[in-house]
Amino acid sequence: MTDAAALQPSKPLFELPPELAIDTDVARRVIGEFIRGQLRQAGFERTVLGLSGGIDSALVAYLVAEAIGPDRLLCVLMPYRTSSAASTDDAKEVVRRLGAASEVVDISPMVDAFFATDADASSIRRGNVMARQRMTVLYDRSVTWGGLVVGTGNKTESLIGYTTLFGDSACAFNPIGDLYKSQVRQVAAAIGVPDQIIRKAPSADLWPGQTDESEADFSYPVLDRLLYWRVDRRRTDEETAALGFDAALVARVDRLIATSEFKRQVPPIAKLGPRTAGVDYLYPRRRPGSARR
Amino acid sequence: MQTLTVALAQIAPRLGLFEENLERHHALIAEARGRGAGLIVFPELGLTGYLLQDLAAEVAIRLDDPRLTALAAETKNLSAVVSFVEESADHRLFIAAALLEDGRVRHVHRKLFLPTYGLFDERRFFAAGDLLRATPSRLGIGLGLAVCEDFWHLTVPQLLALDGAQILINVSSSPGRDLAATNEVGLGTATSWRTLMRTYAQLTTSVVIFCNRVGVDESISFWGGSEVIAPSGEAIFSAPFFEEGLFVADVPLADLRRERLTLPLLRDERPELEVRELTRIVAERAGLAPDTTADELAEAGLDVAPGDPTHPPIGFRDEAAPGARAPRQPKSPARVPR
Repeated sequence: MTDAAALQPSKPLFELPPELAIDTDVARRVIGEFIRGQLRQAGFERTVLGLSGGIDSALVAYLVAEAIGPDRLLCVLMPYRTSSAASTDDAKEVVRRLGAASEVVDISPMVDAFFATDADASSIRRGNVMARQRMTVLYDRSVTWGGLVVGTGNKTESLIGYTTLFGDSACAFNPIGDLYKSQVRQVAAAIGVPDQIIRKAPSADLWPGQTDESEADFSYPVLDRLLYWRVDRRRTDEETAALGFDAALVARVDRLIATSEFKRQVPPIAKLGPRTAGVDYLYPRRRPGSARR
Repeated sequence: MQTLTVALAQIAPRLGLFEENLERHHALIAEARGRGAGLIVFPELGLTGYLLQDLAAEVAIRLDDPRLTALAAETKNLSAVVSFVEESADHRLFIAAALLEDGRVRHVHRKLFLPTYGLFDERRFFAAGDLLRATPSRLGIGLGLAVCEDFWHLTVPQLLALDGAQILINVSSSPGRDLAATNEVGLGTATSWRTLMRTYAQLTTSVVIFCNRVGVDESISFWGGSEVIAPSGEAIFSAPFFEEGLFVADVPLADLRRERLTLPLLRDERPELEVRELTRIVAERAGLAPDTTADELAEAGLDVAPGDPTHPPIGFRDEAAPGARAPRQPKSPARVPR
């Protein structure tokens, strides 16, 4: 007996530009050591992260669980009342599969209270407040759970600035911040993140039906390739055009990168004294004596 | 010739914690001795950790530091290569690798090439060494010490081999990066290093020992992968990536003689040719002599372009280079009549 469906070439989970393919075993190994190293150097044994139901935070949850065990991970689900119920279900499925600790914190009352006298606030402002409210919850749980906040932002969104300063980008350390979205998908597939999470359209989920790609008008495989050639491989305008990228897209992405530079760096301090942090006072973040006791 | 048992201490030093790392060195030297090693090699800055920044001055030691003396005292009938921040008498800080043998500090190599590009910032914190010497050893065979980036410069392995080293030892803190799946071992850094070490072993017909650290300093992860390469270019031993451990390998030293007789590359080296041509190139690059390999038609600014004819190079004199092409200057320097 032949199963016709089994003979159909199955649709790939995601599109992976060949130049972005990485060795996922090596990536998991490096990230595992990184996570353990960060905790040891800081004197922590536990971690906490915001789990949205999207691929980025799901992958980080899997990586942390693989590195230190699920019992040392607290996943905080922080839906707003307009958040997609399917996302919350996906997040719960990750928690169930990993066996990690979890907590649901509905941020609606906090956010709604903030905008109670400002009903006309734009969706940008609302989105930023939601992201920062989630950060506040995570850093509070960092104290009660006794864990470091793990970042879940990827390289693509960091480079184009598709992130809220002191919101979703706030963390103690970030294991996937040097992986493009396409590479996040690759590692997620390798580590066993549920297919439906890998397959669904990425979304900040700040309003119903929002998706990254429709909002910013790009596709992740194209954007990732462009960023890779532009940033990692230092290709010029002419060379980028020769690779087949649309000049208008290149110009738009260049501008996104430049205008979001401030989001990727610590704020400058006016240089006045003999030694200034980040300028000529340069120590490792985790130096002898810095670990919590 | 006998077999040399080499122990590779592929450790994860704790950043800035000298005493803790020192204790680990003592323990591993004892363990290596127990496993019959004649030589134990620790990675670059194994006593201090790599990403020190301003901590460098705080963990620096002088060569007469009692802690180093005490470590050397553990090396009766044993050779050990250890690495630390050395503070010189005039208070310069060097990344140093020292050969400890029979209870004393036998040789010190100060890192010559300090990478200050990409993720590296060494020149900001350290001074570069000025000496490159092979060293005799109780092993009865010449050793050549180098630190990490030193091996990204062709001259280093060649000079060490010409100076009498038959075992080239590179101690490293090499950060793993470039995870492209197209790489032989999934890590671009590892692929490059493995190519270099095999090439150097073959071209210098020497044993190459590479000891690279593991562990994490801040953002960067060190990939380990320490190796011993035979003079034929084949790996005698390859340690796993990212795994801490003391790995032991047997090196048949008879292969060195056999390889050098079969492939007498070192015998056929032409150091005098190199010296002659390098002397010329150094003068030309400094503007002290006209560029004899310049292309008349090349535009200014290219290496193959003639120098700017409007400015006579400092120290250059027309008659100084017999046979050289006449310098393209508006006026020859005035000759003083005798």
